Amino acid sequence: MEIKVLFMIIIYSVLIQNFVLSRFLGLCPFFGCSQRISSAIGMGCAITFVMALASAITWIVYTYLLDPATSIVGFFTEGNGAPDLRFLRTISFILVIAVLVQFIEMFLQKKVPSLYRALGIFLPLMATNCAILGVAVLNVEGFTAIGIHTKLTFIQSVTQGVAGGAGFLLILILMAGLREKMELVTIPESMKGVPIACVTGGLMALAFMGFSGLSF
Amino acid sequence: MITVVSSVIILGIFGVLFGACLAYLSVVFAVQVDPRIEKITEILPGANCGGCGAPGCFSFAEGVVSGALTPTSCAPGGKEVAAKISAILGCEVGEMIPMVAVANCQGGNQEARQKFEYMGVEDCRAALLLSGGHKACGYGCLGFGNCVAVCQFHAIMMNDNGLPVVNPHLCTGCGLCVGACPRHVISLISKDQKIYVGCVNPEKGKSVKAVCTVGCLGCGVCANKNNNPSGDIVMEKGLPIITYESNLRVLPGAARCPSKAYVINVKYPAVEYDGTMCDGCEDKAKPLCVKICPVKECLVYDGENKKAVYDSSFCVGCKLCLEECPVKAFK
Repeated sequence: MEIKVLFMIIIYSVLIQNFVLSRFLGLCPFFGCSQRISSAIGMGCAITFVMALASAITWIVYTYLLDPATSIVGFFTEGNGAPDLRFLRTISFILVIAVLVQFIEMFLQKKVPSLYRALGIFLPLMATNCAILGVAVLNVEGFTAIGIHTKLTFIQSVTQGVAGGAGFLLILILMAGLREKMELVTIPESMKGVPIACVTGGLMALAFMGFSGLSF
Repeated sequence: MITVVSSVIILGIFGVLFGACLAYLSVVFAVQVDPRIEKITEILPGANCGGCGAPGCFSFAEGVVSGALTPTSCAPGGKEVAAKISAILGCEVGEMIPMVAVANCQGGNQEARQKFEYMGVEDCRAALLLSGGHKACGYGCLGFGNCVAVCQFHAIMMNDNGLPVVNPHLCTGCGLCVGACPRHVISLISKDQKIYVGCVNPEKGKSVKAVCTVGCLGCGVCANKNNNPSGDIVMEKGLPIITYESNLRVLPGAARCPSKAYVINVKYPAVEYDGTMCDGCEDKAKPLCVKICPVKECLVYDGENKKAVYDSSFCVGCKLCLEECPVKAFK
């Protein structure tokens, strides 16, 4: 059962509910980092890496810090109008992700300089990426498409993080391939650059709608 | 009220907690960075042109500090930046000759014959893939401006004739365009050098003439002893190679080129000629000045009056006639 759920999370995150083309998250790197396949791979790998780690850390923060905080406040007010402090998840996730990215950067620079140089500028760009905040929030909101209405488990969260990142990487590489080809064709002056990229992105999203017909 | 207070308290705790973690970890994972790298990055032009071979100005600074690159490799920064870098590193400044890019092809749409009309992707590399380019000359500029696109300093423009024109005031000599040209038409020369060969076609005479009106025929007239006593021009593989010393030294040879394959971007003042002094070099068949003058129209022998006739509008100012004239009629 568990394996089947994980498999479905992977298929949904990569293809059916792709973070870029279906949920429209992380559009800045989608347009900003898709001019060259090489930089698209760098950005995609960095995003996958941070998404997986952020899924794990934010799940822990939510489960072991925010949840207990709610009950502690409830204890002090003796249940009289005690607020559900889980609404703080968005702002605390932003905090956690920013700290996490900073930490990863420091860690890599010190311990794995080669990976640090390979990821380069992409890592700090990740600090405010909405796809990463998105996966963190979606993890605690459940996965309604496959019938999970409560918070995902730790394993499921990390799976969604990795699969979401892989889906992002796939789309980024596809888009970069298309844009490298587009540089060589004659495009009307007003459509050059981002406009034609937006149209292409829209058509890709339409094509990916086809995956919504997949059923298990 | 409870909501507001408890949110503030909890987020405050989070902030302090994460801040403390990060502060601690930044000490544990502190990386010693050479302070010279930052200092050098600050004085660099910051164009990230990549002309030095490093991907950007920061990488250049790293390379200089580690000794992999020399301070003079930053072409846009020039002498000033090189001197500053050397001051920081405490090493000596190497000699730096300011360079400028030039297009060694004058065969635009008017001069060069076309094999066919190319209507594909407007890119020199793409045009080259289609049976070696649309120009009949297999060596010259294809005219789609890959050099223009790659220039970070907007120093290159395509003119109406389909040839790149480098603005020497904007060009920093970084050399990006040299690598961008699939035909290797662009080269870097010293900023002082105003005379260069405007052709890269190594073939000879007839085959060059068939494809372009201004191509180098490989005749070697510019390099022969009379026109090039200094030996600064040497013929190599069908093309003249200039060892630059001064413009005046290569001027006679360049001016004598029968196909005008040289680009001469310099104008020396014309010599003054006192026609009354000329005796037509009586003992010679032809006056010596007419013989030495590299420009055909400049000094002409008037057989009837036995005098050399001078037209200052053709004079390139090479001053060869000054030494040759036995009666010192030239000034």
